[in-house]
Formats: sequence, structure tokens, C-alpha cells
Amino acid sequence: MRKTEAKGERVQRNIKKIRKSPLHKGKNAANRPASPIRTLARLFKYYGSCRAPFIAAVIAIILYSASTIAASYMMRPLVAVLEEANITREAAHAKYLALLIGMAGLYALGVITNYILNVLMLKCAATVLCDLRKDMFDHMQDLPIGYFDTHTHGELMSYYTNDTDALRELMHHSITQLIISVTSLIGVVAMMLVLSVKLFLIVAVMGVIVFLTVKYIGRRSSRNFARQQKAVASVNGYIEELMEGQRVVKAFNHEEAAVRGFDERNGELCTAATRASTYANIVGPIMNNLSHIFYSITTTLGVVGLVSAGSVLIAFLQYIRQFADRMSQISEQFNFVLLALAGAERIFALMDLPADVDEGDVVIEKNANGEECWRVPREGGGFDMIPVKGMIELHNVTFSYDGKVDVLKDISLYAKTAQKIAFVGSTGAGKTTITNLINRFYDISSGEITYDGIDIRRIKKADLRGTLGIVLQDTHLFTGTVMENIRYGRADATDEECIEAAKIANAHYFISHLPEGYNTMLISDGANLSQGQRQLISIARAAVSNPVVLILDEATSSIDTRTELLIERGMDSLMQNRTVLVIAHRLSTVRNADAIMVLEHGRIIERGDHDELLKKKGRYYELYTGMFEMS
Amino acid sequence: MNKKTDAMIGRGRGFGAILPCARGYVFPTVITPVLMIFEVAMEVFIPLLMAAIVDGGLYRKPDFQLKALFPPELIADNTRFILTLGGLMIVSALLSLAFGMLAARTAAVAAMGFSKNLRHTLFQKIQSFSFKNTDKFSTPSLVMRATADVNNIQNLYMQAIRTFVRAPVMMVLAAIMAFRIDSRLSLIFVLCLPVLVLVLIVFAIFGRPRFRIFLKKYDDLNASVQEDLTAIRVVKSYVREKYEKLRFNASADDLKKAHIRAEKLFALTNPLQLAVMWTCSGILLLLGGDSVLGGTLNTGELVSLLTYTNQVIGSLAMVAAIIVVLTMTRESVSRITEVLAEVPDIPENDSELKVESGEIEFKNVCFSYTASEDNLTLRNIDLHIRSGETIGIIGGTGEGKSTLVQLIPRFYDILSGELRIGGRDIKDYSLYELRESVSMVLQKNMLFSGTIKENLRWGDPNASDEEIERACRLACAHDFVSAFPDGYDTELGQGGVNVSGGQKQRLCIARALLKKPKILILDDSTSAVDSRTDESIRKAFREFIPSTTKLIIAQRISSIMDADRIIVMEEGRISDVGTHGELMERSEIYREVYTSQHKEVRENA
Repeated sequence: MRKTEAKGERVQRNIKKIRKSPLHKGKNAANRPASPIRTLARLFKYYGSCRAPFIAAVIAIILYSASTIAASYMMRPLVAVLEEANITREAAHAKYLALLIGMAGLYALGVITNYILNVLMLKCAATVLCDLRKDMFDHMQDLPIGYFDTHTHGELMSYYTNDTDALRELMHHSITQLIISVTSLIGVVAMMLVLSVKLFLIVAVMGVIVFLTVKYIGRRSSRNFARQQKAVASVNGYIEELMEGQRVVKAFNHEEAAVRGFDERNGELCTAATRASTYANIVGPIMNNLSHIFYSITTTLGVVGLVSAGSVLIAFLQYIRQFADRMSQISEQFNFVLLALAGAERIFALMDLPADVDEGDVVIEKNANGEECWRVPREGGGFDMIPVKGMIELHNVTFSYDGKVDVLKDISLYAKTAQKIAFVGSTGAGKTTITNLINRFYDISSGEITYDGIDIRRIKKADLRGTLGIVLQDTHLFTGTVMENIRYGRADATDEECIEAAKIANAHYFISHLPEGYNTMLISDGANLSQGQRQLISIARAAVSNPVVLILDEATSSIDTRTELLIERGMDSLMQNRTVLVIAHRLSTVRNADAIMVLEHGRIIERGDHDELLKKKGRYYELYTGMFEMS
Repeated sequence: MNKKTDAMIGRGRGFGAILPCARGYVFPTVITPVLMIFEVAMEVFIPLLMAAIVDGGLYRKPDFQLKALFPPELIADNTRFILTLGGLMIVSALLSLAFGMLAARTAAVAAMGFSKNLRHTLFQKIQSFSFKNTDKFSTPSLVMRATADVNNIQNLYMQAIRTFVRAPVMMVLAAIMAFRIDSRLSLIFVLCLPVLVLVLIVFAIFGRPRFRIFLKKYDDLNASVQEDLTAIRVVKSYVREKYEKLRFNASADDLKKAHIRAEKLFALTNPLQLAVMWTCSGILLLLGGDSVLGGTLNTGELVSLLTYTNQVIGSLAMVAAIIVVLTMTRESVSRITEVLAEVPDIPENDSELKVESGEIEFKNVCFSYTASEDNLTLRNIDLHIRSGETIGIIGGTGEGKSTLVQLIPRFYDILSGELRIGGRDIKDYSLYELRESVSMVLQKNMLFSGTIKENLRWGDPNASDEEIERACRLACAHDFVSAFPDGYDTELGQGGVNVSGGQKQRLCIARALLKKPKILILDDSTSAVDSRTDESIRKAFREFIPSTTKLIIAQRISSIMDADRIIVMEEGRISDVGTHGELMERSEIYREVYTSQHKEVRENA
């Protein structure tokens, strides 16, 4: 009962639609970013909000690298002093001490800059991640409802968990490490070039070999990382699904089968992860030992006279080791960078999805008498003020979720101010779809829907929805107090108004009996309340929003008839002077509607009030008496 | 390094509890450090070779490292000597490479295998949980523990087996080398030990709570996203996107603060290690320089001493790094051991007893979700249901209808009184047998990913296609299922999103029927089914499973008025029991409900 009826077919159809969306393509394109440079550049822009600390951090990193390189370079003169023959012991001592102090200074600089860079990079990373999360959530809120209908929660959650986690790794460790390694590498290369261009060519060869090795391993590694990510998603999805269905698992003694199913997915994850991790771990030893091999080759070449031997060679040999170390550090980060960029790319693809456009130019404003009015701009300047009455009309509305199968066909109806219109019909007849169109969760394919005579496509969505109060079949409450949940209907409602609304919905009695009354905290979708109690709160929420048009989508399905009777009284006063659209299975709840629409396969097949429809002895009569035959 | 560090390193209960998960992977776990030791040996040997090449080969010094290994005539032939050394170095490098690669593989096998076992253990444990247990943790939190927390531990495990032996061996080897050169000067790195240890203790003490807060905030943030996603229709209907954004922003800012607070401490580790290392180097150079000038030490020895000191401290730093990771991971470990230590609320027993009939007897049963006498959900329930009877249950919201039937398959245990099935106390049966005999269609229906057929086979894994079809016909599901292009092989998404609510309910009923239960419970499970289908389902029950005891909770009185007896529940008590006719006469509540649902129809009909 989690989804509304028409949603089933809709989701099925819409799946085709998302398959084409760029995001989906991005998800399927494994874990290698399609355009790493562009993604990196875009990610880099986020550092704009912490430009000063970031620049400072980069300077600190460069200073740090420079000071460590310089300090290690100081070892040579230091040793030279000790080796110097024609100098007095005192002079040597003084010179040595002076050099040592210089070196200590460099080391101190190294420690300080290292601390600064760590703290600054941490701040930058935290800020960038925070901004990124906010932007992501911001954009997600603005996406059309169709997006949420076609993606599972697990899929959407992975942006906030897997993808941001990968980025956190990148920003914390990889970026710093990369900048340090690259700066040091540049320093080392510069030193080598100064020492001997000819020798450097050997190193260049080494660089190429390293590059090719990294590329080869990297390809395998990222293929397996992609496989691993997929397996992780499958394991997570399985856990989530089985946890959600725990009651069913228990009821069917399915625990062992569940564990077996889990083991299958778990085993695949283990295999993929082992491979991915093996490739990631062998980079280190390969790089390390490649440097040893090069070391010996270089000496050999030096000895056989291909390159100049002597002290230059010895100094050079030291740099070869450093060169190899840096290269291996860089290559070790390589995979993490790719993984993180793939995540970033997915996040950016999400942010690039077109937001729900709100192009409406008709807004709500109070007129001179303080009445709420639609402010409708006229062509060529000026505007009309049309009082908000809540008159809804559908003219020949046809709608399809996927552009192929029409869910609603040629629907025409009107609901005058303060009328109660009911929709009945079997599952999948399109009842919920109609309400989805009125509040513009979806836009119609052809025809016209007007609100007080204004095409709803001209009305600003926020203002349109502001006049509609909806109680949905699935009640959703939020973490927070009961009061806050009621106030969700209207942000500026006072406590008294909220309590008043609760009284209307007949929720006041049970709320006052909660341990802390209106201040009782609701946790995880109101799990500490019964289904019916949650429904009552959601009705109170609608009541407090004081809507012009009230839409009740199976709103009372979980409330027993007795409770419903109690609510009905309150609802009657709530419904007064409002246009009400009711969707219901239970025909007893729609009896007193001004007009009842019987829907079947997306068409209205009968309409009229209760008595007329019963006299007609058509489908409504069948539905109605069908349930009475049973006695 | 006694009690406190012990707790810090975490040999305590925490890590001990999950160590058995290494079973099946003991060999790679043990062999990895061994391979690592070989790699370290090579790593210590290769610099000696390098020194020999430089000192013996290039500088032609009379005295150099490893001199004893080579015959004098080889050393005399410089070119051949250097080529030999070069070759030796390549061989050593290849050996080291082989050890390194092997260790990479075994470490991966061990760590991933360990985490596989850990996930398995966790999942199995969670499967044994009763609802009370699950409610305690909440689903998202359990999912996080089985994924993110296991991941943290897996990373630690890998790092530990690769470094925990390697680093100390390296340290010891390097220390021996250093002491051989100059034992007095080598004492310097003994001095820096306490400094490092002190720093680590500080981190462990201050770091962990900060990490706990960080993880908690992360949980909170994800929970708020999840909530928003679930309720997105409400958010959009009430135009509260801005409010949601504000809420999320506050949550994100909180997380950012906690994040910085937790990691800030660890931003100190790196510079502190450098500071210790370089201070030691400085002192060594200062004192060593004097010795060299004084003639008690030569330059080469000083340089070697420096290298070894750095190696010792580097290894120490590695151990320190692991301890830092350990500190962070301990939080994850305790989140997992918390789950593993949870005692299943309803213990399994090995009884072989079979449920003989669908007779149910409640004797003065009381129940409370909080296990307290003051907060009873059900009070003094006395009820005897004969095998094969059809019982309807009606009553208001929160009056205890669902609670009552959930006691029968022991989803929850009663607080007091006695509950008997087939003449025996339900605690005499094994949970398996009990739940095999009781089929329950729940209010919150759930189908799983997979085909329709796979879902139905939950009821009976060995059901033939004919049996499946028969159950579906009984539940009025066959017609719509066969209308799908793939029929019974139609795939259902997570939560069964591609069938309508009414269809889902009918599939769930078919699934329950396949179990051929002694007792069938329908908890408001035909609410989305239209009245006519509802009727035919009940007719099928009457005709085809007459001996099964049927308990039907419903809102629609029409769904239960043909039951043998109807129970009216009010405020956790049975207010009345009787047939439709009897209740119409004497139960005011029943009459009220009936009238509200049927008055007008009668007038109109």
C-alpha cells in the first residue's frame, strides 16, 4: 500500500523514459568518469567559496615540499663540512652548527606548513562537501515529481552516501597528497636536469614505463572497482529490502533463504573487492622495485661509461629514488581520484537535470478589501484581479505519462466553489492521476485545466499548490513534534491554530493523551503512532493550511469507520466553503458528494449524484450493491 | 604502555568479538605478514647493495657495506664488481616485487574474506532479531552498520595485517643496525618513543567521542534526506521546499562542524610525527657531528645512523597511524558488536512438536509493547477459537486488533496470561513450526524484487506451477497475472512497485495460501481490493480451505459479517463476541458502525 494505484503503471512506463536520461546513462557507464578534466574543473569551482584558505593551503603545500627538498639538499654541505680536511676543528664546528641551524629552520618551516596545510585542506574539504551537499539537495527539491517516481530511494540516497564519501576521501587525502607529490616531483626533476640532462633522459624512459604500467593496472583496477561498486549497491539494496520486509520474512520462515540470498551477493562483492584491492595494492611494490631496477641500470650504464660517472652519478642516484617514490605516490592516488571523479560526475549530472520550471505569471495577492485574488497580467500591460474561489474545470483533458498510453482520456468536468466532487472506480482507473494534474505534479498532454477560469499553466506553482490542501493515501510525517508536523501545513500558523486544526480533525483527543501532548516527538515517519493516528495528524495538517480546494486521496482508508464518523463531523466544517475532491474506494464516504464521477480505464463512464447514479443502475449501482450482496 | 594503551589498541572485548570472522581466511591472514617480513628483509638488503655500489664500486673505498660477501678478486675488477652488484640488485628487486605482489593478493583475500564473514554474521544476526530488537536499532542504522561500518573495519584489517608486523620488524632491524654503529647515539630514538605514545593516548581519549558525534551527524543527515524523499509529495503539495532546504542546510552545517572537529585532531598527527622525526634527526646530527669531528665516528656511519633512525621513527609512525585508524574504527566496531551482542528477544527452541490443529486459545492475555503493566496495549483477553472457524475482528484505530493477531505467530511475546495453539502453549513449539502453521497477510504488504512466481514461492519453495495457479485463482489474482505479457514470470521491482495496491494485496494473499496454513490471518489486507473481488476471495476461503482457522481484521463490515463469530475490540479489550445478528442486537459499537456503512444503501435498494 506504499504507492498510489495509478503509480504502478506509471512507473512501469516511465522506466523507459529514465533509461534515456543522461543521468542514467552516466550511472551505467561504470565507474570511469567520462570527462575527468571537465568534472575536475567543475569540482574546483567549489573551492571558490573558500578561495583564501585554499590558496593559503596550496602555498603551504608548496612551501612544505620546498622546505623538505631543501632540507634534504642541505645534507650534502653538512657532510662536506665534516669531511673537509684543511680547517680547524672550531671553525668546522661553527660552520657545521650554522648549517644545522639553517636546516632546523627548514624543518620547523616544514612542520608548521604541514600543520597549516592539513588544517586548511580539512576546512576546505568540509566546506566544499557541505556546499556540494546543499546544492545537491537544493536541486533535488526542485526536480519534478516524475523524477522521484522513477528512481528508487536507494538510488537517490547513494548520491549522499557513496558518491560524497568518495569525494571526501579525495579532498582529504588524495588532493593534498597529489599536490605534495607533484610539487616534489617537479623539484626532483629540476634537480636532475641541473645535474645531467643525459641522465635525465634515462629517467624520462623510466617515467614512460611507470606511466604505461599505471595505465595498464589502472584499467584493470577501475574495471574491478566498478564491479565492486555494483556489488556494494546490490548488497545494500538487498539488506534494505529485506529489512523493510522483515515482517514478511518472519511470517514466512524465510530467514535462512534470506541469508542464502545475501551470501550470493556478498560472495560476488568479496570476489570483486579482492580483485580491485589486489590491483590497488600491487602498485606500491611495483613502483618501489622498478626504482631499484632503474637504480642498478643507471649505475651499470655509468660504469660502462655511457654516462659520466663520479659524484654527479651518486647524487643522481639519490634523486632516482625520490623520483620513483613520488611517482608511486601519485599512481597510488590515481584510482581514488578516478573513483571520486566518477562520483562527482554522477552528482553533477543530477544537478544538470532540468528543474521543475515555474513559468507562471499569475500570482496571489490581496486586493483592496483584503480578499485573496489572482493577479492576472493582461497582454500589453495592466492586470486583472480575480478573487480566489476554488472553481476547477477540466476541458477535454487527455494525459499520458509516457506519451504512448493515455491514462486519462478526454476528461471534462467542473467543480464549482464549495462543491464536493467524488471519484470512484477500480484500481488503475486514473483517479489519483486527476489530482496529480490539478496540482501540476504532471502537466497534461492536451486539453485545458482552469482554476477560477485561469489556465493553471499560467499560475505560479507555489501559489497554485498553496491554495490546495492534500491528504494523501500514504501518510508521511516528519521527525519533529506533533505540533511541528501540523504546522507543516502552514508555516506561520500559531499553536492555537494548530490545536484548533487538530480538533477539527478529531486528533486533539489522542494527541492530548500522548506522553508529552503536542510536544511529543515523532520518530521515523511517526512509527510510534498507529496508522490511523498518523492519518488524523495529516488531516489536521491539511486543515491548518486552510486551503481553498481540498483533495482527499483515499484519505480515510486506514481509519476505521467509527473514527471516521468522528472525523466526518470535523471534516464537514473543514469542507465548508471549500471545493473538495475526494477519491475513495469506500463508497460510504462519498455518498453526500454533489457529484460522483465513475472512472474506468481513464474515462468518466458515469456521473451524477448518489441518488441519480443509484437510479441509473449502472456501474456505480453495481459497485455499491456489490458490497451489499454479501449478507 | 600497559592498561591504557591496551584498551586503546583495542584488544578488549570490542575487537575480540569480531575476530572469529577471520575463519576460513586464517592462512592468508597469517601468510601476509610473513611475506611482508621477506619484503622488509629485501628492503633492508637493497640499500646495503646500493651503498656497496657507491662506496665499493664508484668511490672504491677500502671499507664498505657487505664487503665480506664478495671475494677480493671480484672486488678488484671494478667493472665486473659493479655489474655483479647491479645484477644482484635486480634479482633482489624482482624477489621483493614477487613478495610484495603476493602479499598484496593475500592481504586482499584475507581482508575481503574477513569483511564478507563479518557481513554474513551481521546479516544472520539481524535475521534472528524479533521486531522489538529491530525497533531498537531502526532500519537505516542497521543498514549503515552492515555497510559503512563493516567497510571501515575491513580497511583497518587490511592495513593491520600489512603493517602491524612489517612495521615492528622494520623497526627492530633498523634499530639493530643503528645500535651496531653507535649504541649511545641510538638511544635518541628511545627518547622519542614516550612522546609518540603520549600523543597517541591523547588522540585516543579525545578523538573517539568526536568521531562518534561525527558519525551520528552523518546518520542524521542521511535520515533527513531519506525522510524528505519518502514524503516528497507532501513537501511539494504544501510548497515547503524552501523549509526542507533550510532544514537540510542546518543539518549539513552541523555535520560540517562535527566533521572539522573530529578530523582537526588528526590533522595534528602528521606534523607531530614529522616534528618528532626531525627533532631526532637534528639531535643526532648535532651530537653525531661532534663525534665525527672528535674522531669517534666517521661520516658514512653518521649518515647511515640517520637513515636508520628515520626508518625506526617512520615505522613507529606507521604503527601510530594504524592506532589512529584503530581509534576511528573502534567506534564502528562497537556499533557492530552492539548488534552482535543483542540477544534475540524471542529465543528459538528445538522443540519437534507439530501444530496439530488451528485451535487458538487466549487465557487472560495481557500485552504491552514496553513490557510494562502500566502501559498495556491488550488487557485480559479471553478467547477460544475452534479449528476451522472464521473470526472477524473489528474495532477502532489503535484499539489493539493488529496487536492481537501478531501475538499468534509470536512476533511479540505476551506479557502475562496464556496463549495456546492446537491445545499447547505456543512457547512449546519451535518458532519455525509455529510460523509454518500460521500464515499472515500483513497490513503493510511487501513483495520483493524478483518474478511474481519467485515471490509466491515464499509460501512454498517447492510449489508446482499448478499449485501456484490454484492459489492465485483462490486469491483472485490469476486473471490479472496472466494478463501480464510475462505472466507469472513478470519481474517486480523493489517493494513490488509495478503492480497496483489491490493487485499486490491479492498476490500477498496467494502467497499466504501457498503455505497451506492451519491458521490464516488477514490484517486489513483487502482494503485496496474492490468489494466484489473481496467477496469472491472470502467465498473461495469458505469453499476450498474450510478446515483452516481464519482471522479477518477489516474496516468494512461487509468483509466480516458472514464470519462465524465477530470480535469487537475496544481500548485493548474484547468488548463483545458474537454473530452478526447477535451483535446487531446487543453491541452498540457494532450497530453504529454497521449503520454508518449501510443505512443509506438499505434505503435506496
